[in-house]
Amino acid sequence: MTDVLNPPVHVASDDHGHDHDEHHGPTGILKWLTTTDHKVIGLSYTITAVVMLVIGGVFAEIIRAQLATPNGNLVSLAQYNELFTMHGSVMIYLFAGPFAFGALANFIVPIQIGAPDMAFPRLNALSYWLYLTGAITMLAGFFVSGGAANFGWVAYAPLSNSINTPGAGADLWIGGLLLTGFSAIFTGVNLSATIFYLRAPGMTMFRMPIFTWNMLVTSILILLAFPVLTAGLVMLYADRHFGTHIFSVAGGGVPVLWQHLFWFWGHPEVYILALPFFGMVTEIIAVFSRKPVFGYKGMIFATLSIAALSLGVWAHHMFTTGVVLLPFFSIMSLLIAVPTGIKIFNWIGTMWRGEVWFSTAMLMALGFLVTFLIGGLTGIYLASPPLDFFTHDTYFVVAHFHSVVMALVLAGMAGLYYWGPKMTGYLLNERIGKLQFWFLFIGSQVFTFPLYILGLEGMPRRMAVYPHDPQWKAMNELSTLGAIIIGVSTLLFVVNVIVSWKKYPAGDNPWDGHTLEWFTTSPPPHHNFYRLPQIRSERPTWDYNHPGHQALAHGKHDEPAQHEEAPVA
Amino acid sequence: MQTPALPPQGATVRARRWRQLRRAVALPLAALALSGCTLPSFGASPGVTSSSKSVYHLWQGFSLGAVVIGALVVALILYAVLRYRRKGDNIPAQSQYHLPLEVIYTVVPILIVFGLFAATLVVENKEVANPKTNVIVDVNAFQWGWKFTYPGTNALVYGQTTQDPVMVIPVNTNVHFNLTSSDVLHGFYVKAFNFSRYALPGVDNNFTIRAQSTGTYFGQCTQLCGLYHSLMWFRVKVVSQSDYAAWIATFNNPTAEAALKAANKTTAQQTSSIVPSKSSSTKFGR
Repeated sequence: MTDVLNPPVHVASDDHGHDHDEHHGPTGILKWLTTTDHKVIGLSYTITAVVMLVIGGVFAEIIRAQLATPNGNLVSLAQYNELFTMHGSVMIYLFAGPFAFGALANFIVPIQIGAPDMAFPRLNALSYWLYLTGAITMLAGFFVSGGAANFGWVAYAPLSNSINTPGAGADLWIGGLLLTGFSAIFTGVNLSATIFYLRAPGMTMFRMPIFTWNMLVTSILILLAFPVLTAGLVMLYADRHFGTHIFSVAGGGVPVLWQHLFWFWGHPEVYILALPFFGMVTEIIAVFSRKPVFGYKGMIFATLSIAALSLGVWAHHMFTTGVVLLPFFSIMSLLIAVPTGIKIFNWIGTMWRGEVWFSTAMLMALGFLVTFLIGGLTGIYLASPPLDFFTHDTYFVVAHFHSVVMALVLAGMAGLYYWGPKMTGYLLNERIGKLQFWFLFIGSQVFTFPLYILGLEGMPRRMAVYPHDPQWKAMNELSTLGAIIIGVSTLLFVVNVIVSWKKYPAGDNPWDGHTLEWFTTSPPPHHNFYRLPQIRSERPTWDYNHPGHQALAHGKHDEPAQHEEAPVA
Repeated sequence: MQTPALPPQGATVRARRWRQLRRAVALPLAALALSGCTLPSFGASPGVTSSSKSVYHLWQGFSLGAVVIGALVVALILYAVLRYRRKGDNIPAQSQYHLPLEVIYTVVPILIVFGLFAATLVVENKEVANPKTNVIVDVNAFQWGWKFTYPGTNALVYGQTTQDPVMVIPVNTNVHFNLTSSDVLHGFYVKAFNFSRYALPGVDNNFTIRAQSTGTYFGQCTQLCGLYHSLMWFRVKVVSQSDYAAWIATFNNPTAEAALKAANKTTAQQTSSIVPSKSSSTKFGR
């Protein structure tokens, strides 16, 4: 056995009551409140983020129920504005980001690089508590007079100033966003420091798993983008309460400046959300095809170029303002299609001539692939200013980014089915999981497809009622049906968690995984490893379990001669 | 101190190259536009202005590419997962790189992207050009309605929310729009124009529309502007040039003007009971 870090003496002694674990911290609720263990914090993040997904989903279902008829009166106009604002805010700020870099990355990245914990465990705990506080702060808006924030999740000035949006809901929204923003910045610092400094011996940069790579790039994007949002929010708050005029024309300010600041964060944010999920899918497709990631280095360069380009495309959200340079932002935005295409072809190349195992995680990843393809292709239209003038602020845009985010939800579910056993030690029920997949996948398409048509028929977004155009009713009903199907899939997930509770022990390596997290126990011990294999590629666990099946070099496509499993005649 | 401006040499060379490039791009695009009539609509419609038709053809071109590429990728995914689905406990060949293939699927998308960008530029330059105009309309958006005035004439149209103020413009004439906002952001959007533009406070947004067929077209605010955003409607009535002149002339008749002003005043008062004005909404403030 070629252990790099030799195990302490007491390894594999099951008679200790502490699960091989010499850590004697507090237990029960105190453990959750005081921990600095990245795994416990990761689980806290996971639970909180899934709760946020359900809250945001409930808002979505109410919105869709309201829109099922042209003169819906389920909610008032004011409540409708609050609902879509908080739906977007909860899903973007409180679910998608924290789920990716707070929950899964926090748990998985240190293990994938063979580290005992994050670089700054206490900062990590602070990140979680800031996130939870921020989430509660933002949602508290529903309980103040005047209701929650109601200016859309983008809070365009001057609608978001104190004259047009008085009330504490908007301030709580700003405050909550500042808190979760700092949480994200600290997690970005933590993840990048961990990845740069705590890699195990042998884990060079080009032997890091793609998920870890994507998290590194995401962290760097967080560090570049989030401070701009924070600054913008402070300016907005100052405009609201301290009498500054940064975004108000009356005092010589420029309302469009808010859009520049917001989208300078907002477009990198799209990739801060997406890149972690790309990473998850990359790992899952490779493991369930029993092949290395096709074009591993190309994949990394694609991720890096997406990140670089994403910093120069923010004004494509502002084409219709008439005050931005159209061709520059158009070509930059179009170019993002190239590295994204490389990723899609690499995923297909990974499956090519593999042994594709349709586990729930793999089905979710494939669902991601198709849904993201639709969202990606419709995004290309929006990079073209004339087509953006045509579709901007209509349901076409809503449909485009919901295709993308539903793809991310599919990828997130793939991540939960794939890494959940590592985090908890127990597998989820595959039969219910597959049922959940079909509901989620079909629901996503039934939900988004009518929205594309509605957008092309001219239905603007953020409309509580559409009495003038009752012909939009049928497509809206269909979309609502899709939202209900998605809701059922979420219920199936909850049912699955309850049904499978501590029922199917996972073992260390249920999927024949490639990366280091599958080398340790499920769940891993306090400092993650008792021993590590030799790290000579980006698949140390695979290399250890399947000697003689290492990835073939550039230009080699045939099996090496010493292949032990010759086809049976 | 400064010598009279001679055009710098580089600029003219660049301009010539630019013209050549435009010609090179315009030809295949014109072919595409001509054949555009035979392509499916992909859910869009040509609209009623000169540029809305170009936008429609661009839409068709993008859609054709999206459908072809999308179908190809879905076919590849389906083939991969069905053909290579797991059949036993085999370990497949661990191939990881195929450089020529990787180069192909990097370079071909780049070429496609530049093609799309070239087509975009042609339509965009046509759309954002402000050709010489005979008719000017000042559009002012406010919470929650529209005011249309015609500089140089007495014409004025005003209406809040579902009152549907009707903007009248002549057919086959370049109409120049000056778009402003009195308070928050609004979106000027007419579906039949395949076009939208923000109304920004403190900024004059300009564009030119040439409507090519008469009729009344529905428009509404597309940018969230507060409580009555869903109901901030207007109409654009495209009429013959003589009808337009006659319509403008009605405002020069002082009695008609007074009557209209009176009418506007009463409707504004009527609606103010339904739609709270901005000043009254601040009462709910801190």
